[in-house]
Amino acid sequence: MIQNQRGLEGPQDLDHGTTPPDGRPIGEQPKWRRDFPIDWAQDEYVSRRELVKFMVLTSAAMVVGQFWIVVKSAFRPPASLSPGLPIARVDELSIGGAKTFTYPEGSTPRLLVRTGAASFVAYDQLCTHLLCPVVPAFDEGRLHCPCHNGWFDLQTGRPVAGPPQRALPRIFVEIRDGSVYATGVEESTT
Amino acid sequence: MIRRLRMVRAQRMTIVNAMLAFVVLIVILQLWLLTATMNAYLGGDTATVVPAAVGSLVCLGLNAGLLWYLFRLEK
Repeated sequence: MIQNQRGLEGPQDLDHGTTPPDGRPIGEQPKWRRDFPIDWAQDEYVSRRELVKFMVLTSAAMVVGQFWIVVKSAFRPPASLSPGLPIARVDELSIGGAKTFTYPEGSTPRLLVRTGAASFVAYDQLCTHLLCPVVPAFDEGRLHCPCHNGWFDLQTGRPVAGPPQRALPRIFVEIRDGSVYATGVEESTT
Repeated sequence: MIRRLRMVRAQRMTIVNAMLAFVVLIVILQLWLLTATMNAYLGGDTATVVPAAVGSLVCLGLNAGLLWYLFRLEK
């Protein structure tokens, strides 16, 4: 019979509460009985203790995630520098004109914009927010992502308004013999 | 004679509550570290990857220490 002996325990049982059926103190009870206590306060104690253990396990999972990023970055292939890929003729685009291309072959679409008589800029066309294609808004000196109204600076590719947080990856271009060549992709965009 | 002081469950519960608050804070810090590192990594910046991993490991060490104290408390 379960008997409530609140406040009547002996000196060995300091966990004031209902005495288990066999009358022995809580410390001598099997683990399953300690994990499923009778009293409310004891039950709260066990729940919090279990939650601490679970949170420490979550903490370990976070560390695994961090080291997974370390491993991924260690085995990241280096950027290949090609001698250059012709992507447009200089006279093909008027000032403010734009053209899409891929560089290197099979990449995501890139966007080439002519900003002056002898100046071009090129970026990855996918918005760094949710990968919608950006379009040039030359008169405003910006690139626009119409999906969520994101804006990037045309000269630097950095986000200036809207939800994007990272700059557009820049494609390095050179003008040689009347043609525009893509020569490399910027690694860091933070 | 040295007599080991035993705490009642209610006293231990206060300690467990405080411990839980610390552990949750540290896990939130680790979550922030993970998202910030992932953001930097996807942006091509790998300079912060190793320091962030070491920081997260230190946080796990703190949490493991608190858990060890919890196990000691139960004995």
